[in-house]
Amino acid sequence: MTQTRSEYRGQIHKRQKELMLKWYERLDEAARTGTPPTAAMMISGNCVELLEGFGAVPLYPEINALQMAIRHQSLEPILIAEELGYAADNCAYVKADIGAYLKGLTPADGKLPVPSLVLCNFVGCNTYIKWFEHVAELQGAPLYMLDVPFLRTDDPSRADIDYVIKQLKEVVTRLEEITGRKFDLDRFRQAVRCSSRVEELWSKIKHLAKQTPSPFDAYFDAITLMGPLYVYRATPEGVEFFEIALKEMEEKVAEQKGLYESEKFRVVIEGPPPYPYFRTFRDMFAKWKACAVASTYSTVGGLWEFGARHDPAQPFEAVAMHMLAQNVTNRNYLQRYEQIRRYVEEWNAQGLIIHFVKSCRLFSAGQGDMRDYFTKTLGIPTLYLESDLEDPRYFAEAQTRNRIDAFFESLEHQTLTRLHQEAR
Amino acid sequence: MGTALSGVTERTFDQYAELIQDLTFPSVRRWKDEHRRAAVGYFPVYAPLELIQASGLLPVGLHGAGDQLDLQYADSRFGSFICSIVKTTLEMGLTGRLDLFDGLLFSSICDSARNLCWVMKRNFPEKFVEFLHLPHNPASASSAEFLRSEYQRLLAGLEAVGGRPPSDEALRSSIALYNRNRSLVRRLYALRTEEPHRLSTSDLYTVVRAGNFLPVAEHNDALAKVLRESARAAGKPRDNIRVVIEGSFCEQPPLQLIKLVEQAGCYLVDDDFVLGPRWFTEDVPLTADPMTALAESYLDRAVYSSVRHDPRKPRHKELIAKVRRNRAQAVILLIAKFCEPAYFDYVLYKRELEAAGIPHLLVEFEEKMFTFERLQNEVETFVESLLFD
Repeated sequence: MTQTRSEYRGQIHKRQKELMLKWYERLDEAARTGTPPTAAMMISGNCVELLEGFGAVPLYPEINALQMAIRHQSLEPILIAEELGYAADNCAYVKADIGAYLKGLTPADGKLPVPSLVLCNFVGCNTYIKWFEHVAELQGAPLYMLDVPFLRTDDPSRADIDYVIKQLKEVVTRLEEITGRKFDLDRFRQAVRCSSRVEELWSKIKHLAKQTPSPFDAYFDAITLMGPLYVYRATPEGVEFFEIALKEMEEKVAEQKGLYESEKFRVVIEGPPPYPYFRTFRDMFAKWKACAVASTYSTVGGLWEFGARHDPAQPFEAVAMHMLAQNVTNRNYLQRYEQIRRYVEEWNAQGLIIHFVKSCRLFSAGQGDMRDYFTKTLGIPTLYLESDLEDPRYFAEAQTRNRIDAFFESLEHQTLTRLHQEAR
Repeated sequence: MGTALSGVTERTFDQYAELIQDLTFPSVRRWKDEHRRAAVGYFPVYAPLELIQASGLLPVGLHGAGDQLDLQYADSRFGSFICSIVKTTLEMGLTGRLDLFDGLLFSSICDSARNLCWVMKRNFPEKFVEFLHLPHNPASASSAEFLRSEYQRLLAGLEAVGGRPPSDEALRSSIALYNRNRSLVRRLYALRTEEPHRLSTSDLYTVVRAGNFLPVAEHNDALAKVLRESARAAGKPRDNIRVVIEGSFCEQPPLQLIKLVEQAGCYLVDDDFVLGPRWFTEDVPLTADPMTALAESYLDRAVYSSVRHDPRKPRHKELIAKVRRNRAQAVILLIAKFCEPAYFDYVLYKRELEAAGIPHLLVEFEEKMFTFERLQNEVETFVESLLFD
């Protein structure tokens, strides 16, 4: 079989790069001059809209960590952190971030500021609490632990929503004290409006992957779009970016251009990617012309393809609802099963790839049960892989390739007749 | 362990050592036969036992399966890099050993435990499986009100397994029973700290852990008896080093490991074993609104651990205070393999202990371990280094 690589380079890639560089420039400016104010936050269920009300810039340790991994620079800071006492089995995102801080490594040329506030938006990931406690302790930065009740019922209760809203208002007070700036409610509303628009655009893009062939890979390409989604969601630049992205994708659909000239397999991928081997991993799927038509990882920041949006009429409640119910990490495990089930059915996928990530127990603890459910209860072909999102030492390339090959060979065997018909 | 207790007390310890290892839960079966009511297993820290007991049900602490069970199914459900207690608890379920529990209660202590809750829910749809969100932000003015509503939700859920909605009076009675339980445990701990030659930690551990499986009133009687006997126990102080154990708040080390540390020449003057029944540091007030009292007590009177977050009281500072308070000479960080919260805390504990000049040793364990030679060697070397320093 000839080596296939899946990749397209459109306007969105160029624009994404510009936006992310600009973000790092602003962080560098904050590090040098103390302005604009910054807040460290967790990607998942972030409340970036609130920061807009202060003209503050988000700082996402996760993005810093994954940038280092994707550039093959994560091992050094991981080892530095392990020397400090972090265990082999601690989340490697945390180790890379802490190690990089201690060593003064940054993903861009500039500096990263000590955040004006370490705002731990806890949405399901207990590791985040530890991470942010450590960041605050090591950097001497103030910490606010924004506790979001885990979604243990179908929908959040009134008590859940009120609890989060009250804390958001405490964050506002805290940021007013720290920054000396008055919270701008109009700007906050405008931010929520931008988010709502971006969510609409992003959701439309995701639904385009229902097309055969899919115009993009909803796992690997979605990650390109996720940077601007988290940093710029609540800004006009974010809206502009996603307008460009939607247009580009719609044009591809109109021209019936898929990720591959002939898409062969459609899969759903669960779990974060192995960033240190991102390209290698992607190529393992490309070899089989297998396109991810949906992924849970792309809903870490927000789950909008089933209709949820920030409601500008109730900005605080909208942010609370987003944190409580509209991101995959704060939703319970069985809700994730249901999300995947819908992806497989509605996005017309043939199989499910479960990527167990050693660092992330939130994603991975219990994924064997998930496999049991999809294979035995639903009869969906499932492949279970193990590696890590940040630590290059846990990627067994040959073994991973063999498992992926075996999975698609088997799938090919099962669907050969139907695929031939589709190809005609 | 160098103490000379009466034969009756020795037999009590032996009996409890058997009870805590018995995966057939004989005391729970007996209680269910007598009362014809439901038992609710909780996993394994910060569960509001009073709410379960006041509803007329039996709360039972689930602490995995120790070394009593080979994994047949749970390994493939939870995969590598996940702690043992999560897997053995699931294994107990998948092999029918949790059939006598009508309900299972989990909380927001860590990511693996949380996911276990939903795996249990899927595999045991006939059971009442509930997840409590315990606030991570005790500094917020809104946390008590939220937790009160969460406790209210649990009470409503317990009705599904025959729980009677308790009156305030019933709740206060239950709080009083558990206050007595915790007060007796605190007194036993104080005795062990002050006169460790009279009460060994392995014995103390056994009798406290038995409380996971016994009705609280029965456990109170047992504790009172042990307290009386231990205060009179003979025994001479040894030239042991005084050590605080930290990090075993959830998965429990094998009893043999605790004995090994003691035999190596350590008086364990404080520990975080079996926090389930003893997680309030002082009495819960018997006020007009017992639900609020319980909620506020989680926020303000709960023992610290790696799975409870309180920015007002950093855990690494609390550990140093614990060492000073108990006049300990060293700390053994006894951490369950793959326990990520404990691994994280180790970094700041280590930093703080080193800054304070307190010697420390990291020991990793699994509830299911059979060879102890290496650990014995490590602990003995550590003790010797302190004795002959």
